[in-house]
Amino acid sequence: MAQERVEFPITGKIISVSVSQGSVVEEGDTLCLLESMKMENPILAPVGGTVVEINLSAEQVVEAGGLVAVIEY
Amino acid sequence: MIIIGGVLLYLGIARKMEPLLLVPIGFGVILVNLPLGGLMTTIVQGNEIEAYAVGGEPAGLISRIFRYGLAWEIIPCFIFLGLGAMTDFGPLIANPKTLILGAGAQFGVYFAFFIALLLGFTISEACSIGIIGGADGPTTIFLTNRLAPHFIGATAVAAYTYMALVPIIQPPVIKLLTTKKERAIYMKPQLRSVSKTEKILFPLIASIIIILLVPKSAPLIGLFMFGNLLRESGVTDRLADTAANAFMNILTILLGICVGCFMSAETFLKVDSLLVFALGVVAFATSTAFGVLLAKLMNLFSKEKINPMIGAAGVSAVPMAARVVQRMGQQANPRNFLLMHAMGPNVAGVIGTVTAAGIFIGMLT
Repeated sequence: MAQERVEFPITGKIISVSVSQGSVVEEGDTLCLLESMKMENPILAPVGGTVVEINLSAEQVVEAGGLVAVIEY
Repeated sequence: MIIIGGVLLYLGIARKMEPLLLVPIGFGVILVNLPLGGLMTTIVQGNEIEAYAVGGEPAGLISRIFRYGLAWEIIPCFIFLGLGAMTDFGPLIANPKTLILGAGAQFGVYFAFFIALLLGFTISEACSIGIIGGADGPTTIFLTNRLAPHFIGATAVAAYTYMALVPIIQPPVIKLLTTKKERAIYMKPQLRSVSKTEKILFPLIASIIIILLVPKSAPLIGLFMFGNLLRESGVTDRLADTAANAFMNILTILLGICVGCFMSAETFLKVDSLLVFALGVVAFATSTAFGVLLAKLMNLFSKEKINPMIGAAGVSAVPMAARVVQRMGQQANPRNFLLMHAMGPNVAGVIGTVTAAGIFIGMLT
């Protein structure tokens, strides 16, 4: 099974996390909401599959390039 | 007119569309259209009249705020101070090519200017109508006040309404001019990181160059870049924070209620005002279209393809236009995150619109 690492495109603060380990996602599903530049930005799943790794919580500050999740498909 | 006010309030409160603008404007519309309130009273040659008059002495609450805040050009210029303190020129410095897109999206301004001339507006009026295409409220007020003060209600309301309607007006124009494949063009999210020195030098160099080239843009560009220097210098965070937040909010309150109060039935429901509104949307849609087309043209000549939608962010509605591009980019391709790429043309668009206004004023005064 192939895995895809999803990375944060910009620095910001997590508002909420919509999936957890083991969640099945479709391409384009929201993984989490990131507040950056005074805007809510959804981070979307680039592929459909199963979330095998996600380690985020609300209020957490994240850096660009940091790991959002690993999706196995 | 009270119903129009109600609609604006509904859009702002229930639909959450640009509430910071639409709520003050909507409430202002309702207030001013209630009879005998006297908010806009002006004294002209000893007679009190119930509407704002350019030559008269203001005597109502709102007509006074309007005269000394807006007509004296204080509020629009200081809003630029706040905007400067909120603006990160990083994406523009990292990718200076986007400056071209910000300039390209000003074509709509000139396009609407010529259409307005053809329709029989005077050259000064046509300038004020054209500038709506930049989707920049304070600049529109600044320019109209200089060139065609009798139109200030119509152009200001048009500019602010269209800024609020960016998420509705832009997507169909963008979709018409791009294929799904073009919208899905992937751009790497990471821009080059910009050093602090570059960020401090940018407002200094930009103000010197722009003001020498277009002197009449000095009040707006000067305060815009001053605000940005407060933000980037690293030692004036307190001032930058006040300029970007508390001070900006105060100005927004004053400006919003003033603009709303300019929509009284007798000044607003006139053929001219409605025509200004119609031309405004033409200007704005053409600006969006030219931005996109220019981005596609740039793609013909460059190896690294850009997503043509970021051209649409060349109108200066910050950050609404960039947000529209970001959302549409994600829809077309969930890997895309165009926000930072779109911010480049977006902030360049602000500079572009102010420069266009400076050129108009320089030509006509």
